[in-house]
Amino acid sequence: MECKFVPSVCSYCGTGCGILFQVVDGRLIGTLPMKTHPVNQGKLCIKGWNLHEHINSELRLKNPLIKTFGRFSRVNWDTAIRYTADRLQKIIKKHGPDSVGVLVSAKATNEENYLAQKFARAVIGTNNVDHCARL
Amino acid sequence: MTNSYDDLEGAGCIFVIGSNTTACHPLIARRIYKAKERGAKLIVADPRGIQLSHMANVSVNHRMGSDVALLNGMMHVICKNGWQAADYINSRTENAEALFAVLDAYTPERVQAITGVKAGDIELMAETYAQNSPAALLYAMGITQHTTGVDNVKSCCNLAMLCGNVGVAGGGVNPLRGQNNVQGACDMGGLPNVFTGYQPVSDADANAKFSEAWGRPLPDKPGLTISDMVPAMLDGKIKALYVIGENPKLSDPDWNHFNHALNNLELLVAQDLFLSETAQVADVVFPAASVAEKNGTFTNSERRCARINKAIEPVGNALADWRIISRLATAMDYPMNYGSAGEIFEEMRALTPKSYAGMTYERLGINGLQWPCPDTEHPGTPYLHSEQFARGKGKFHAIEYQDPAEMPDADYPYFLTTGRVFAHYHTGTMTRVSKHLDHEAPFGYVDINPLDARNIKVGEGDPVVLSSRRGEMEVAVRLNEKLPPGSLFLPIHFGESAANLLTSSEALDPLAKIPEFKVSAVQVCRAS
Repeated sequence: MECKFVPSVCSYCGTGCGILFQVVDGRLIGTLPMKTHPVNQGKLCIKGWNLHEHINSELRLKNPLIKTFGRFSRVNWDTAIRYTADRLQKIIKKHGPDSVGVLVSAKATNEENYLAQKFARAVIGTNNVDHCARL
Repeated sequence: MTNSYDDLEGAGCIFVIGSNTTACHPLIARRIYKAKERGAKLIVADPRGIQLSHMANVSVNHRMGSDVALLNGMMHVICKNGWQAADYINSRTENAEALFAVLDAYTPERVQAITGVKAGDIELMAETYAQNSPAALLYAMGITQHTTGVDNVKSCCNLAMLCGNVGVAGGGVNPLRGQNNVQGACDMGGLPNVFTGYQPVSDADANAKFSEAWGRPLPDKPGLTISDMVPAMLDGKIKALYVIGENPKLSDPDWNHFNHALNNLELLVAQDLFLSETAQVADVVFPAASVAEKNGTFTNSERRCARINKAIEPVGNALADWRIISRLATAMDYPMNYGSAGEIFEEMRALTPKSYAGMTYERLGINGLQWPCPDTEHPGTPYLHSEQFARGKGKFHAIEYQDPAEMPDADYPYFLTTGRVFAHYHTGTMTRVSKHLDHEAPFGYVDINPLDARNIKVGEGDPVVLSSRRGEMEVAVRLNEKLPPGSLFLPIHFGESAANLLTSSEALDPLAKIPEFKVSAVQVCRAS
């Protein structure tokens, strides 16, 4: 049996509590507060203690989906990416880059937000990029 | 936050306005408790009675949307008694005269008439805040989600500067961030007008720098905010929307209006952990990896950038958001060949000289670093504006009180406000699938004062119909005597009783474009 603790940050609010994910044989089995972390000093709230539950939810999306005639069908990544890229490129060609909006995420990492706004500005060519800071 | 969590424990006074801290930021609330135990004074101003109100030295329930009047009233009392920090105002700030001129008219009696807070309580708040330095001011969306959101924030800053509380340990103006990386998303340029580190897209030097780094000429005209994208979708100007890790169908104001806008799109792409309300109506859905399934960094409310580390493999064929974006960019003839999140971080920090340049994954370690961190020797910054303000001198703004966009009237006689409950997070996509959290609060409800409940002849658990000029919904009643009569509270987490059926998408702050989620006029009646 392989058991490990992986240091991370709780993603349930803007406080940023230090946590340890408990992993046994590749399965995420719990969330613990990091005893020495400067933010939470060994404590967590009820959401933090249960952070692993949503990750292990049966309802997680496991495959890309494309909707045809009102119904989703599972597709592989190559198909989903190619389909989306083609449709975006057609819309940009016909209506210009400012006909596309990108909503980045206050729940994604810094790296992902950096990349998402780079995608909007450099790949699509629009500054129509925002996120839910206001909501 | 201008200051840090540790700082709160050194405050002489903590003033919480528009933040239900114990429910929404429990581990920050813990610092308030610790400060209180040590002898700090606590002032709580909130339209509702909240948990923190019980332990406050001064607790008031001001009328929804009357924050500017309340804060001006406090400042009026402070100036009248000569409690302002005269030396600080002279040496570190400007435009104080303009503020003083406005404050004259905000006598406690007049402010009582606007806010419903007794004149004596306003005087006590002012004295407690001004006479127990350093004083830390904490706020959250209760201050910002108003048509006067920017005015509210500026008024908080006015108060803090008036008493010399900005740029000192234990003081500050401290917005508590709602989402885990809302600070980081802003820092990273997830906004229509700026690149990373708030470098304006319209600034020729910044634009040239990023254009060169990214190998393409970049647009220099600021884009649309989320609030402006909705009318652009309705007008057919925006044809495609790529939504990464958000659920705007539930989180945006005026559900019916927003749905019309979504229906008008030619292409909606959603990237999420779950088939959220937004993903359900998308044309393409990308399955994203969770926080435990990838590497990267988050930046918290106290500007602390800290690492998350991959603990397990992603479920099914889910991929980290950065991998999905890279693949999509590559397919659109802009190759992105990042091998790791760390490579992206290195690219980002090289382009973000003032705040993130000194951070490396190695330096971040377990505890992270607080920006600004301009070079790799810099220890990070626990509080801002210590020697001088970022703009040089701190500027006072003379601000007059304005009513919210919608006040109760004969047709819609109740005030409605919205917010979170302790067990849930935003639109509930993550917390409602969590067994233990769902158990705490499985359904939506509306809080109503028992006196109002008696008037409309409903009791605990009875269904009522709430209606506004935008829409109507049915929801169960929860009696709450801590809510003033004439006011209602609706949690935002529950799709089946979505608060945003009732809110307005037109009531926006003119500058920040933030919707006035915290004040709507509604009618409530017993469901037939």
